[in-house]
Amino acid sequence: MMAEPTATTDIWVSGTEAPDVSEWMVAGTDEGAQEMERDETVERSVEQRGSRVVDDWVVDDSVDDDERMIVNMGPQHPSTHGVLRLNIELEGEIVRRVKPIIGYLHTGMEKTAETLTFLQGGTNVTRMDYLAPLHNELCYSLATEKLLGVEIPPRAQAIRILMTELNRVSSHLVATATNGMDIGALSMMMYGFRERELILAFFEKTTGLRMNHNYIRPGGVAADLPDGWEEDVAEILERIPLAMRDYEDLLKENPIWLGRTRGVGIITADECLAYGVTGPTLRAAGVPWDLRKSQPYSGIEAYEFDVVTGSRGDVYDRYRVRIGEMHQSLRIIEQVVDTMPRGDYKTTDRKVSPPPRQRIDESMEALIHHFKIYTEGFKVPAGETYVAIEAPRGELGCYLVSDGSGAPLRMHTRAPSFSNLQALPIMMADSLVADTVACIASLDPVMGDVDR
Amino acid sequence: MSGDSSPGPPAAADEVLASLSEAVPSAEAGHSVGDHVIRVPAEDLARLAGAARDHGFEMCSDITVVDYLGKRRVRFEVVVNLLSVQHNRRLRILVPVPEGDPEVPSLVPVYPGANFLEREAYDMFGIRFAGHPDLTRILMPDDWMGHPLRRDFEVGAVPVQFKASPRVT
Repeated sequence: MMAEPTATTDIWVSGTEAPDVSEWMVAGTDEGAQEMERDETVERSVEQRGSRVVDDWVVDDSVDDDERMIVNMGPQHPSTHGVLRLNIELEGEIVRRVKPIIGYLHTGMEKTAETLTFLQGGTNVTRMDYLAPLHNELCYSLATEKLLGVEIPPRAQAIRILMTELNRVSSHLVATATNGMDIGALSMMMYGFRERELILAFFEKTTGLRMNHNYIRPGGVAADLPDGWEEDVAEILERIPLAMRDYEDLLKENPIWLGRTRGVGIITADECLAYGVTGPTLRAAGVPWDLRKSQPYSGIEAYEFDVVTGSRGDVYDRYRVRIGEMHQSLRIIEQVVDTMPRGDYKTTDRKVSPPPRQRIDESMEALIHHFKIYTEGFKVPAGETYVAIEAPRGELGCYLVSDGSGAPLRMHTRAPSFSNLQALPIMMADSLVADTVACIASLDPVMGDVDR
Repeated sequence: MSGDSSPGPPAAADEVLASLSEAVPSAEAGHSVGDHVIRVPAEDLARLAGAARDHGFEMCSDITVVDYLGKRRVRFEVVVNLLSVQHNRRLRILVPVPEGDPEVPSLVPVYPGANFLEREAYDMFGIRFAGHPDLTRILMPDDWMGHPLRRDFEVGAVPVQFKASPRVT
């Protein structure tokens, strides 16, 4: 017989005596309460509601100013690009201090990675930065391959570059689109997502999914490019530059856009380096640092492209850098299409790659081999490595530790958005509260990447 | 090899490593799968990081921890990945940290960008960074118990901990 839950309507204030929750807690009918064990839950619940949880971020007492106040922004706010929460200390209309509060999207992916084999790991990492899933997969695959020491065939490498550069364009399209929307250029939002659809349609055709592809895997890619991929890519290469001309007409010299972005959210090159800020934000500050040039991966050194930089490090420069990078990525894609090598799309190293299908019908050993790779996973030699690639948001790193078994001992992702978020308090210090959304949008954080 | 990202000419690289080892005698330089690695005891971490910054490593790109429970004598290893933009090379600092006293000096005074990274390491592994300005949880809720990325923190053995859930009746 279940006791009737007591309706508690009063809101308990921190600092007063804690209410006795033991009775209705156990009898509670909601799922959360039922799952919890009694003693521990009550103890924990009181602790959660007690004064141990202190919001230490309050207005500094030494500042005697009625104008000062703390404003909370988010986590549910359309301009926070997910679930980012900011504590903003305002003095009138001027932002004095900002503290980003994150973790609302934390799903423990690094813990999950320890329970998945190296081959399954791709499904996990691809969900981190959901706007650039292929970069996550590439970085993870490169780290695994570095520990394995396998050679990747040239065609697989070229496909990887093709896909990640297309992904960079689609990611920057969203960044520009949302940047436009946050500042009030709503057409930009529509345009950006319209052109992104072209690329996502090609991804769907190639990988089967619009995002979270698990297409780039340790050893190569999951499947060869579909028939007629040249025409699809040719269409992308034709239509996106035309659309980008529209964006330029819309924003490049638009006085409202210039007024909202020029000289706003400035961060200098030294600050970027000190705070670990990478990607378009660092390049907009004038540092020509692009891992594709300086520490090339997957054969990208074979293609010609320029590193786009800005000079002032403001919101406008970051927008210009993204536009420039889209042009450069399209340039790389064009070269990949022209020089796509023939051959295998995954390694033939039998350590990693199962035997071909027809061998399985003929040979018992091949069947066992196939079974072993997909149940136990391939064994990766013990060791640890850090591999970094240039994702659309900056340096995406993967620190991978293997103990010689089929699953990683530790997989850590160096998320570019996570480090970049530390730039926000610097950009926003002593700026107008209206520029807050412009700063966040220009940083282009993806909360799935920040919280993982 | 496709995954090889160890940059810089080896000769110049060893010069910097040798000079760093000279500045901090307890540091032990080595290699790991093609990357430059320096092992250093916890008490000399801040000094080594300071020396590394003076040698051109401007950026602390990553700080993380590996839990070698049951695999090594010293359970934790703090991993600091440094990047030099001007010399285009990387350096990894490995610091063994015992389970009994998981404390290392904070790198925030040297690299301000270590702030979030150290908070994450503290949150996930319970490593204390002495001298950190705001060593609080960053990803998990403030009142979470335990450090989820430790290998003895079991998945699925934890009751749901949402602040709001007991209040809903």
